[in-house]
Amino acid sequence: MAEIRLDSIRHSYEDRPSSDADYALKHVDLTWNDGGAYALLGPSGCGKSTLLNIISGLLIPTEGDVLFDGRSVFHMAPGERNIAQVFQFPVVYDTMTVYRNLAFPLRNRGMDRGEIDRRVRETARMLGLEDSLDRRAAGLTADNKQKISLARGLVRSDVNVIMFDEPLTVIDPHLKWQLRAQLKKLHQRYSFTMIYVTHDQTEALTFADRIVVMHEGEVVQIGTSEDLFERPQHTFVGHFIGSPGMNLFPCEARDDGAWIDGRRIPLDSPPPVRPKGAVELGVRPEFIRFDNDGVAVEVRNVADIGRYRIVDALLGEHPFKIYCPEDMEIPSADPRVVFDPRHASIYVDGWRAEGDL
Amino acid sequence: MIQKTVNQKAWWLVTPVLVLVAFNAIIPLMTVVNYSVQETFGDNVFFWEGMRWYERVLHSSRFHEALMRQLMFTGQILVIEVPLGIIVALAMPRRGVWVSVCLVLMALPLLIPWNVVGAMWNIFALPDIGLLGRIINGLGFDYNFTRQPGAAWATVVLMDVWHWTSLVVLLAYAGLRSIPDAFYQAARIDGASAWQVFRYIQLPKMKHVLTIAILLRFMDSFMIYTEPFVLTGGGPGNTTTFLSIDLVKMALGQFDLGPAAAMSLIYFLIVLLISWIFYTLMMRHERQQ
Amino acid sequence: MTIKLENISLRRGGVEFLGEVSLDIERGGFNILLGPTLSGKTTILRTMAGLEKPDSGRILENGRDVTNVPVQKRDVAMVYQQFINYPSMTVFENIASPLRVARTSRGDIERRVRDVAELLKIEDMLDRRPVALSGGQQQRVALARALVKRAGLVLLDEPLANLDYKLREELRNELPRLFEDSGSTVVYATAEPAEALMLGGRTATLHQGRITQFGVTHEVFRDPVDLTTARIFSDPPLNVADIVKRGGEFSIADTITWPAGDAHASLPDGGYRLGFRPHHLSLGRGDRHAINLEGTVEIAEISGSETFVHLDVGSHLWVSQSHGVHRLDVGQTVSVSVDPGRFILFAPDGGRIVEERGAHG
Repeated sequence: MAEIRLDSIRHSYEDRPSSDADYALKHVDLTWNDGGAYALLGPSGCGKSTLLNIISGLLIPTEGDVLFDGRSVFHMAPGERNIAQVFQFPVVYDTMTVYRNLAFPLRNRGMDRGEIDRRVRETARMLGLEDSLDRRAAGLTADNKQKISLARGLVRSDVNVIMFDEPLTVIDPHLKWQLRAQLKKLHQRYSFTMIYVTHDQTEALTFADRIVVMHEGEVVQIGTSEDLFERPQHTFVGHFIGSPGMNLFPCEARDDGAWIDGRRIPLDSPPPVRPKGAVELGVRPEFIRFDNDGVAVEVRNVADIGRYRIVDALLGEHPFKIYCPEDMEIPSADPRVVFDPRHASIYVDGWRAEGDL
Repeated sequence: MIQKTVNQKAWWLVTPVLVLVAFNAIIPLMTVVNYSVQETFGDNVFFWEGMRWYERVLHSSRFHEALMRQLMFTGQILVIEVPLGIIVALAMPRRGVWVSVCLVLMALPLLIPWNVVGAMWNIFALPDIGLLGRIINGLGFDYNFTRQPGAAWATVVLMDVWHWTSLVVLLAYAGLRSIPDAFYQAARIDGASAWQVFRYIQLPKMKHVLTIAILLRFMDSFMIYTEPFVLTGGGPGNTTTFLSIDLVKMALGQFDLGPAAAMSLIYFLIVLLISWIFYTLMMRHERQQ
Repeated sequence: MTIKLENISLRRGGVEFLGEVSLDIERGGFNILLGPTLSGKTTILRTMAGLEKPDSGRILENGRDVTNVPVQKRDVAMVYQQFINYPSMTVFENIASPLRVARTSRGDIERRVRDVAELLKIEDMLDRRPVALSGGQQQRVALARALVKRAGLVLLDEPLANLDYKLREELRNELPRLFEDSGSTVVYATAEPAEALMLGGRTATLHQGRITQFGVTHEVFRDPVDLTTARIFSDPPLNVADIVKRGGEFSIADTITWPAGDAHASLPDGGYRLGFRPHHLSLGRGDRHAINLEGTVEIAEISGSETFVHLDVGSHLWVSQSHGVHRLDVGQTVSVSVDPGRFILFAPDGGRIVEERGAHG
């Protein structure tokens, strides 16, 4: 186990990058603590796979350094960094049996046979593969092959970090649940440092203790799933996390609250004084409720999703969505809503602003 | 996965080809079968011989020697060309400008007409005016492929390797290119050596294309005619007289049409048999997977 | 157009892909085929398009028998899971291709292509090639090509499955409206129940080549006709238990009992099967109507505003979905409760037992 630090990492795939736009990773400063479960969350092209490959050593960053436990591993090959990586589709050595697949990394490190046997069987038991040890890897199902990929990483006792690059992509939906729960259980029992890269928020939020949200080559926010949900620091985080994402209203910030089209929305924290830039009010659909003392809105559509409903509404000219649990009533006449003041925030040029600027 | 629609009407489009094949291949083949069981001097007078020609061919030492020579030749070139082809394919770049350059270079030998290849090497290997011949003799060896059986054999083999290894290279390269990067990355993480990467990742993934390459090279080399004929004419003596060359000598040289027809059919059946064995082994191996 | 499948059966290579499928689809609606992989969704779409000829049964378009009509003569457009566009043509040419085949006039092509491109927000990319676009944009091009044709029938085979999570949401919001305005009949295949619920319209649930139920989407969700349908339409997986009715009571494994109530009083004694959705299994003790249970936590997953708890309740492995963040440890014992009014009752063979009165969901 190790603490992993990324120091001022910048990376471009171009030979001669000229501007920021040529950089896949613009500036990353991150520390991954020993034994934590992390998720790297972001849309396609945000740089998360690039970052993963820099940590594992498959990619040398254009600028910056990678340190394990304070020591630079910049010049160390992936095989020497003691990392394990599970890829999007299962990577197994087809011609070998499951046993030999798991033993492979240990044999390359010169471990003695008795020790190898012990570790292979232990790891196989951890993942429920002990009955398949003598079978050829080529004949197994996709989720079992992914387990083999994972086991090949776990079988080494000196593993510093295990990294997952969208590992559930090829898995059937009903098996995804099982595999996810298994991964989480594994982490709770063995406390490996795990980094899980995905664009699926459910996978990220359920798996990780802390989530790193990335957007266009930069880290936008790091936090627990509640942090990201209740206090998004950037409108991108608000938009990307939550289904549907956060509502944004262009507004005016005054002493007594936010004003949208002449309607006053009370806020908990004082809004910034004379903010420079585009000012918006952000509030998640889950934090809006119908209340006769609220602002008047127009209801355009109600979509029934089974255990909840999404209401498409209009505040003045601004469309927004309201999350209504199964039991909440939607008024038929004169609908009025109240925004939960603790969860309504002002964003200036995309970043969350509080108090005096 | 998108499935193709089943449409039987397409078979009608194949009829012209079937007619052509019937005219060019099946009818002449039947003619050969006819000749193989009769005696004739070519003036449409036939005498029934039955299996006599077949027995004569199968018992002739001349046929056995030609067959041995052929098998040795095919065996040797397979042993050289397949590993060499794989090595070159492994060495070729997978990305960048040089990929196209290498592919063109590899394709060049395959584009040359076969008799030109023979003629090229003929001059190239001449001991007095050919570049190769002069160099070898200059190095102290006594080399003359027109007179020495050993030299003739080696030159023919060398010529075939030069001509056809590219085919193996291109096929192996295609197989290599289809391996996703993640496999190499995983191997690096596992700390695998270059040999292990070859043995456990590259070779298994290339197996399919390599089988096709070996089958193609076997069939073509077993039927080889033009290049050795132009290079050595089958000589010196009959050192490089392979099966097909022997067959032509018999049919057109000696005008023994009956035995020639029988031999060509036997030849055909040998190739068919070995190809079938090969194919069955390949299919059985695949089904096991 | 209206499209009707009558007793379609299809076998390929000894495997039955479709068994006696009948479906009656009205004009201009949004119809969803919901089922796991290999349940027959793609086969039904291909049969509707004319790419596959069924072994038995008929297909009727607007009342006309088109079973033997080849696909080129049918009025249909199709969008696939893999973003399929002509790689060597520009986006404009791609969208224009069906119109060129139909020999539409140049002016008309120009106008219609630009209108559809604007609708799908790709009007700035008309002179680029598909390979230069992102996945979401490529799929928009494929959708534009299907829309511009104004076909009577539009078939979509899991078109959003290869897209990023958020892109999927975006497109999913736009899809119903896009096709509503065009007036085409839409058939959309998906494996995700949540997607079916979000798209609305009508849904047919598929299981191993057969349709189990077809109706208004949230009615199929709330009133499944059998256990299989309830399971297909559940994500996270449905919680199921085997129960016994004796006297006026139901019981699970003789340990947990609750009164049968008026709705079920008339049912004969015996074994039944019970299903209820994860979000009806709440953490904590419930009110006096609720059944209270104790379970051991296998794992708790927190997803921003919700918690999924995998529990072992008397050897049943159930999932509870609750609003809010609840931190629970593995092995911890928790109280959970469920309102019996939320139970969906099934006979041992899986058929639904309809209550006479009472809430169900």
